[in-house]
Amino acid sequence: METFKIGLSLIKDSFFNAISGRRLYNIWMAWLTALMLVGIYCYSQQLEFGLDITGMTDRVSWGLYISNFTFLVGVAAAAVMLVMPTYILKDVDFKQSVLIGEGLAVSALLMCLAFVVADMGGPARLWHMIPGIGVFNFPNSMLTWDVIVLNGYLFINISIPLYILWMIYIGKKPNPKIYVPGVIISVFWAVGIHMVTAFLYQGLQARPFWNNALLGPRFLASAFAAGPALIIIVLAVIKRFTMFKIERKTFNKIALIVTVAAQANLIMLISELFKEFYAPTHHSESAYYLFFGLDGKGALLPWIWTSISMNVLATLVLTIKRFRENHTLLYIACGMLFLAVWIEKGFGLIIPGFIPGPWGKIAEYTPTLTEIGVTIGIWAMGAFIFTLLAKTGISIELGRMRYKKTSDVVTD
Amino acid sequence: MDRRKALSSLTAGLMIGAGAVHTSCSVTAGDKSKEQSELDWEEYFKGNYKLMTQEEKDATVKRLVRSYELKTGKNISMSSKGSLDNVLFGYAFNISKCQGYMDCVNACVEENNQDRESQMQYIRIHEMEDGKSFNFNEADDNYYHEVPAQGHFYMGTQCFHCDNPPCVEVCPVQATWKEDDGIVVIDYDWCVGCRYCMAACPYDGRRFNWKTPEVPEQEVNKNQHYLGNRLRKKGVMEKCTFCVQRSREGKNPACVEACPTGARVFGNLLDPTSEIRWILDNKKVFRLKEDLGTEPKFWYFMD
Repeated sequence: METFKIGLSLIKDSFFNAISGRRLYNIWMAWLTALMLVGIYCYSQQLEFGLDITGMTDRVSWGLYISNFTFLVGVAAAAVMLVMPTYILKDVDFKQSVLIGEGLAVSALLMCLAFVVADMGGPARLWHMIPGIGVFNFPNSMLTWDVIVLNGYLFINISIPLYILWMIYIGKKPNPKIYVPGVIISVFWAVGIHMVTAFLYQGLQARPFWNNALLGPRFLASAFAAGPALIIIVLAVIKRFTMFKIERKTFNKIALIVTVAAQANLIMLISELFKEFYAPTHHSESAYYLFFGLDGKGALLPWIWTSISMNVLATLVLTIKRFRENHTLLYIACGMLFLAVWIEKGFGLIIPGFIPGPWGKIAEYTPTLTEIGVTIGIWAMGAFIFTLLAKTGISIELGRMRYKKTSDVVTD
Repeated sequence: MDRRKALSSLTAGLMIGAGAVHTSCSVTAGDKSKEQSELDWEEYFKGNYKLMTQEEKDATVKRLVRSYELKTGKNISMSSKGSLDNVLFGYAFNISKCQGYMDCVNACVEENNQDRESQMQYIRIHEMEDGKSFNFNEADDNYYHEVPAQGHFYMGTQCFHCDNPPCVEVCPVQATWKEDDGIVVIDYDWCVGCRYCMAACPYDGRRFNWKTPEVPEQEVNKNQHYLGNRLRKKGVMEKCTFCVQRSREGKNPACVEACPTGARVFGNLLDPTSEIRWILDNKKVFRLKEDLGTEPKFWYFMD
């Protein structure tokens, strides 16, 4: 009964906390709401007319949705890079950023799920996948593995921060014996969601571009670069706009993680390029399409070369300690890295898998406005959810939101 | 599947309630629209065809036939016939004979009720240049000139009904599977439309309904099979089924029957006296992308 009362009060407090804020906050949330409404409108069009109004065809049958899904799994997994040192290595200066990281993971996962649902031909029939009332093709289909690991990871990343914030909310100290085991599981789990998502593609002998042992490890490296890079940018924004204190040391440590991951990612990129182009085979054609174009068709050329330039430049900047510790440069480098990986692990990975087709057909893919509208709507949804989670979390951590035991919490 | 049944009757009750409100407020809607919405809801909550008992199969077939009658006033016949004992279907394609007329493609579209507007085709005929071996990359699978073109030969591809089909492995809901007679089928009502099977197929054998497929009523082939040519809906996969509505009745698939050159041979691989067995035993046959381990039941040969 007491728990129920605290829960109710927490929800109430969070709600009032969410709807009160500075002018800039209100503008930001209104803007996101408008974008979500655009997304909902575009999705309603898609529901009515079918996926025909996207740019996808029988030749390129996955597009922007699955590209963004793949990338965001990486962002979600990256939260762990902050979790591990804080709770296990007792490196306290990460502590404030961890809740932010986990909030980011939750938002990224919800975006992943939204992108997958947006890509479905029959979203109303998704209950067919629920074990018990449907048929869950486990363990044969890697997609079922992905459903398990993503939802499991979502559960872990909701429950740990919820427990910690709950305890602070009621004025107690969170017990490490309760949450540390969860944290340890989530560390392994994060690697799991990444490998399983890579296996989704890696396991298809029909698509030589994906059927490559480096895909999983490269997923990890690029994710551990792009995810923490985003966290740095988010922390910078939070530091600028809230009372939440984030030490310089924290930035430098996360920057180090980004740097090492970006370097590993570049090494693997070189290895991949060498394999594809030193002794090109029939199986290198997708890579040719991606990097140089085939038959005069090269829609991805400007994207992938932008991505590679930003990737190399950002890694260089990060590698030099003096540059990395200059925070203006650090934010720019992180922004570039994030965009570079979004291109490379998004449509730079998914679309060339289908080009050329199984019989050599080179049919290109261009997303339609409707598709872009849905995509923007889902990103706005992610940002919206993250802002709410972060605002609530910060208010509790700063002691602004506390459970008032005696009164029934009257709010004016 | 008791839980689903419970869910179904619960919602059916709600639907009948909603339907009652709807009918009482509308002059035109009558018993028929009520019956239609009831049928739609029972259909929505039905299970995977692969796991249905024969009774459940009969019931869904009956609902689908009735539903078509309510919508168009016309009758169709729909079979739920299973595979026969000692039958394993296989297909052979004579490269020397095919002249690229594409009669097979047209016959397939008419037989299998594919969407006319998007011109969905299960079969692709690749026009290859002589002296360039089987170079699919440079082949043209979308030609509109007179055939046979000088200096070219033709090769057809479609679903190869692999014995080890990657598409079946990857499906998250087991909406596609290999029947006992070797035909790889799809339950169009169970498919969720994720298109993972499409990405997994090395032979471009699968097609997706990007929009609601349309076939003019007078062109609908009314001789249907649940796993074959019955009308599909938006957002689901479909593919060649070796014309399951024909092959299980002892007939050849439409493409074989339509081919004017006799390049296409279909039959029971387990019958030692069948033509397909004679070809496998006496001709030098090969399959495409054998290195992938998919074991297609579709062979090519030359005279």
